[in-house]
Amino acid sequence: MLILTCPCCGVAAEETELQPGGEAHLKRFGPGSSDDAFEAYMFARANPKGVHFERWRHAYGCGKWFLAARCTATLEVFGTYSAQTKEPPAEIVTKIRAKRPDWAGWSA
Amino acid sequence: MSEPIAVIEPAGPQGMVSLRADLSDRAVAQAVTAATGCAMPGPRRIVAAGGKAVAWMSPDELLLLVPHAEAPGVAAGLAEALAGTHHLATEVSDARAMFTIRGPGADDVVAKLCPVDVERLPEGEIRRTRAAQVAAALWRSGEGEISLVAFRSVAGYVERLLEVAAEGPRL
Amino acid sequence: MSTRLAQGGRLIDRQKPLRFTFNGLPMEGYEGDTMAAALLANDRMLVGRSFKYHRPRGIVASGAEEPNALVGLGEGARFEPNQRVTTTELFDGASAISQNHWPSLDFDIGAINARLARFLPAGFYYKMFIHPRPFWKHVYEPFIRQSAGLGRAPKDRDPDRYEQAYGFCDVAVVGGGVAGLAAALAAGRAGKRVWLMEQAAHWGGRAVVDGVTVDGAAAEDWVAAALAELGGMANVRVKARTMAAGLYDHGYLLAYERIADHTPGDGRPRHRLWRIRAGQVIAATGAIERPLAFAGNDVPGVMLASAVRDYAVNWAVSPGDRTVIVTNNDDAYRTALALADAGLVVPAVVDARACVTGALPQAVRDRGIRVLEGRGIAKVKGGKRVTGVAICAQAGEGSVLEEIGCDAVAMSGGWSPVVHLWSHCGGKLAWDEAGAMFRPDPARPPTGADGAAMVVAAGAANGHLQAADCLADAHAAGGGTGAAPTAVTEAEAPLEPVWIMPQGAGPALRAKMWLDYQNDVKVSDVQLAAREGYESVEHTKRYTTLGMATDQGKLSNINGLAVLSEALHQPIPATGTTTFRPPYTPISLAAIAGEAKGELFQPLRRTPMHDWHEAHGAYWEPVGHWRRPYCYQRSGEGIEDAVRREVRNTRNGLGLLDASTLGKIVVKGPDAGRFLDMLYTNMMSTLPVGKCRYGLMCNEQGFLSDDGVVARLSDDTWLCHTTSGGADRIHGWMEDWLQCEWWDWKVYTANLTEQFAQVAVVGPKARAVLEKLGGDIDLSAAALPFMHWAEGTLGGISARVFRISFSGELSYEIAVPAGQGRAFWEQLIAAGEDFGVMPYGTEALHIMRAEKGFIMIGDETDGTVIPQDLGLDWAISKKKADFLGKRGMERTHMTDPNRWKLVGLETPDGSVIPDGAYVPATGVNANGQKNTQGRVTSTYHSPTLDRGIAMALVLNGPDRMGEVLDIPGIDGKVYRAKIVSPVFYDPEGEKQNV
Ligand SMILES: [Zn+2]
Repeated sequence: MLILTCPCCGVAAEETELQPGGEAHLKRFGPGSSDDAFEAYMFARANPKGVHFERWRHAYGCGKWFLAARCTATLEVFGTYSAQTKEPPAEIVTKIRAKRPDWAGWSA
Repeated sequence: MSEPIAVIEPAGPQGMVSLRADLSDRAVAQAVTAATGCAMPGPRRIVAAGGKAVAWMSPDELLLLVPHAEAPGVAAGLAEALAGTHHLATEVSDARAMFTIRGPGADDVVAKLCPVDVERLPEGEIRRTRAAQVAAALWRSGEGEISLVAFRSVAGYVERLLEVAAEGPRL
Repeated sequence: MSTRLAQGGRLIDRQKPLRFTFNGLPMEGYEGDTMAAALLANDRMLVGRSFKYHRPRGIVASGAEEPNALVGLGEGARFEPNQRVTTTELFDGASAISQNHWPSLDFDIGAINARLARFLPAGFYYKMFIHPRPFWKHVYEPFIRQSAGLGRAPKDRDPDRYEQAYGFCDVAVVGGGVAGLAAALAAGRAGKRVWLMEQAAHWGGRAVVDGVTVDGAAAEDWVAAALAELGGMANVRVKARTMAAGLYDHGYLLAYERIADHTPGDGRPRHRLWRIRAGQVIAATGAIERPLAFAGNDVPGVMLASAVRDYAVNWAVSPGDRTVIVTNNDDAYRTALALADAGLVVPAVVDARACVTGALPQAVRDRGIRVLEGRGIAKVKGGKRVTGVAICAQAGEGSVLEEIGCDAVAMSGGWSPVVHLWSHCGGKLAWDEAGAMFRPDPARPPTGADGAAMVVAAGAANGHLQAADCLADAHAAGGGTGAAPTAVTEAEAPLEPVWIMPQGAGPALRAKMWLDYQNDVKVSDVQLAAREGYESVEHTKRYTTLGMATDQGKLSNINGLAVLSEALHQPIPATGTTTFRPPYTPISLAAIAGEAKGELFQPLRRTPMHDWHEAHGAYWEPVGHWRRPYCYQRSGEGIEDAVRREVRNTRNGLGLLDASTLGKIVVKGPDAGRFLDMLYTNMMSTLPVGKCRYGLMCNEQGFLSDDGVVARLSDDTWLCHTTSGGADRIHGWMEDWLQCEWWDWKVYTANLTEQFAQVAVVGPKARAVLEKLGGDIDLSAAALPFMHWAEGTLGGISARVFRISFSGELSYEIAVPAGQGRAFWEQLIAAGEDFGVMPYGTEALHIMRAEKGFIMIGDETDGTVIPQDLGLDWAISKKKADFLGKRGMERTHMTDPNRWKLVGLETPDGSVIPDGAYVPATGVNANGQKNTQGRVTSTYHSPTLDRGIAMALVLNGPDRMGEVLDIPGIDGKVYRAKIVSPVFYDPEGEKQNV
């Protein structure tokens, strides 16, 4: 059972205090978008074995959403950060690169 | 049956006002202090003074604890003081139920229900968490006493939960 | 004969005799006994029968690894099956019964299976029960059901209390042997927050039994001093009777504390399940001795050598007068010495090694005990009890060289580190050739949240079987500085791996060599599996059931995979192990449930008027975690009658509904209007202050997710009503978009659902009763028209009044502070007396909305329905460039003109169509199932119209008005129904607009 530190309130919350929200940094496609773009937004998820960026809500806590960078294979947590960002912060990307030299890197 | 390790008491009607606003805004701090006499709490802190208290609930939310009868006035007063400032002040007294857990085993009661390192919970910190299956917030409200707030609709569940957890022995 | 020795027994108190029964026979033991020790002291070696062949089974071990000695423990409500007597502390009045036999333990008819053993080989179940197929249901399944299951399930409600608790520490040390104690001392002295737990009631592990000297003192004294020091450290928590059941992600350790198993009924919780977060886990879990595979190694009286020693030293119990020891290592010689010290006879030590020269064997020889080198056991003699052994050359095929009479056999095939905690979260093992064991591979540990190792194995669990190495390892594992505790023991010569005894044994002997005692898996079964192509150890396990019994193969796994490796002609590490899964030993379901039983099974949400409803005949319906009155039954009245009465009374007079469960979310801010326009399919920003508007919310796929009335409270504030179950979900949905997508929009939300009690005052007399309550709100049709709201006081209580209707009647929904909800409700009941007021429940609510053709989320919607399917096109803005769900609705399947759409259904004879019925179409689909063209979404008897009404989604339904459909019900009848408008009652809305 995971522990993630909520960057909004600082509590190291366990998984039962959190609500998972799937892949992070999805770009919304609304009216006017192509079928392919909309399909990708609605249904296509990376689901990698390895480095993954996720949404979590501190539901039994401050109620805020935040994002986490995590290895889905080892469950190592590289960091948690604000949900009000369109891409992972540079320091987290740097940390992941150091720990996972084979990582292909983040792409939108 | 073993002796209870703590006494569980419903705290009775407690005035509460929820304030959502930019907590770094000085106007907000002034309005809160004017309404309660309490200084602005930092993250996860609860500040008490003169029978009132202000708790930091999230980066943009405070919970003001005031006498029950004063709550509607405090909510209206905040709305007035913060007119022109983006905010939301609402009375939530009746939406919640509050309990005190008092006695040598107060920490143990919490440890049985909440995934919280209560042994390390400092005075002056409010911890929002889960008590068994429902949301709760708790803090040290006195010597050997912990206060716990939950939603009104589950007050009966929470009271029974606390009573069962207060059955001895100590952990 | 097994018996109690006259002297000794470090754990028992002879001044405190305890009485207990086994299969009704009265027996006596001492405080400090395990039930196993006490049974042996009473000469009860045969305690059960094996699962498949019903073979006689005796006690083999002295701890958690015991595969055989499972009993039904306790009586009545406290009865519990499959309890291991080796880990059951004896208490006065205990009662145990043996299992898995009929009619009696000593004479069992099922033992005939043993005679049929050669017809019941590995995979028997798979092979036998496949053909012919029709036999499955009537022949095979009943047969398997009859013979399946071990022990009988308790029937009564468990009277005991169970609890859970959360713990936090820097270091959790698992295991109370000298390694665990040394590690805990090191960590505790360093100021770490430490938990030390031991599964048994006693401490010290093997060292105290084997007479090790630690730091110049007897191990016994060193252990006592260590416990005293640990007990004095405020940062250390010491827990006996606490078994670390499993280690999970991020240092989450489940530990099972058996508080009152040995003091039943004393008021304390029986078990406590600890949910511990440990920064680091030190697994000082020791090692388990392995049996040897020789013919007849399952005959009662054949035991692990270490267990024989434990019984003699700890409990002064002699398993037999004459004990033959069979081994491949030096450690078992300690058993010979312990028995000799107790004055018992060891006719011989049978050692598979060709040349035995170590110090321990020498000490045994010095006592005049024969040591047979290069020898093995060809066969154990005896049925329900060992009567002797036949000796052979280990190198040969089993020709008998001599026979030795004995009543017990102590065997040792070497030791296997207990690596479960290391392995649960992915720690890998390395094969240690010299020790013939798997041990934790320090290069591949299980890792935690920070990517670093979260488990350190220490002592014997790390493969250090000698006390001195063990202590040094544990001291280092605990982060100890300075010198480690030192230990003095006799040096041991290397063991020689022995997987089959004798090594050349033929089929007849191999078919008598047990690997898994509980599940009756023999060497021949594993070899058969290999011949049949089962190369993976995981497949072999399932095919043979090796290691699948309640002991999870603690004794059998390593031997089994060694046999498999030999059969596959590959080294043991190439075969690998099966997966170690929690719990280490079984834990009670009640501990897993904790407090969540009975009234605390789930939270029950109560509205402010809950107790009033309860006192007035509410027949409850669960709605999420809420309870809502389905109807209010009067004495002598059936449920259907009550519902009809409530509908008629509301339509003709006055009804009250507790609508407090409706979600109430305030949305405020300069961007609130813009935000609500994105959330709802229709326009909310244009709603004038003081008015209400019905709105729909969809998910991004365009599917309808919630509905409700929105009221504009002020220029920048809206109040959104949601469905009863939807408040938290919709509030979360709003916050998700505000926090994660439109975070620069200035909007705040607050979920005020529980701040207000809400009452729907419904019916032709609604206005009259409210006016009678009195207050400062003008409730006239002109001042407060339909779909408007007002606030003020009613009956002295501050209230917000919404003129909205879900029934088609004149209707006001009134919100008051929850604390005054009950008082307000009672005022309405009192004031309404003159108007014939009656409360009504959810069923009347549903019927009245269906009579009006109003949809209900969850009835007309199922997550695949778009608003257009329900004829709600009017509530979908065409002006807005964007709203949640708009793009989803533009997909080709959603814009397909041929969709199932909402209609009403009318049965000519007035009958009620069964719920969930489908409308068939011609032809069949690809799966050969009948095609369908629609389904019934709501169906009721309408008391107002006195006939059945239904709503349905039907292919192109609105274009097919008047068409008659045949709808088969699950009751076997076919219902004729005409497609009509879904609005059955007052289509012009005259009743609500008064
Ligand atoms: Zn938080």
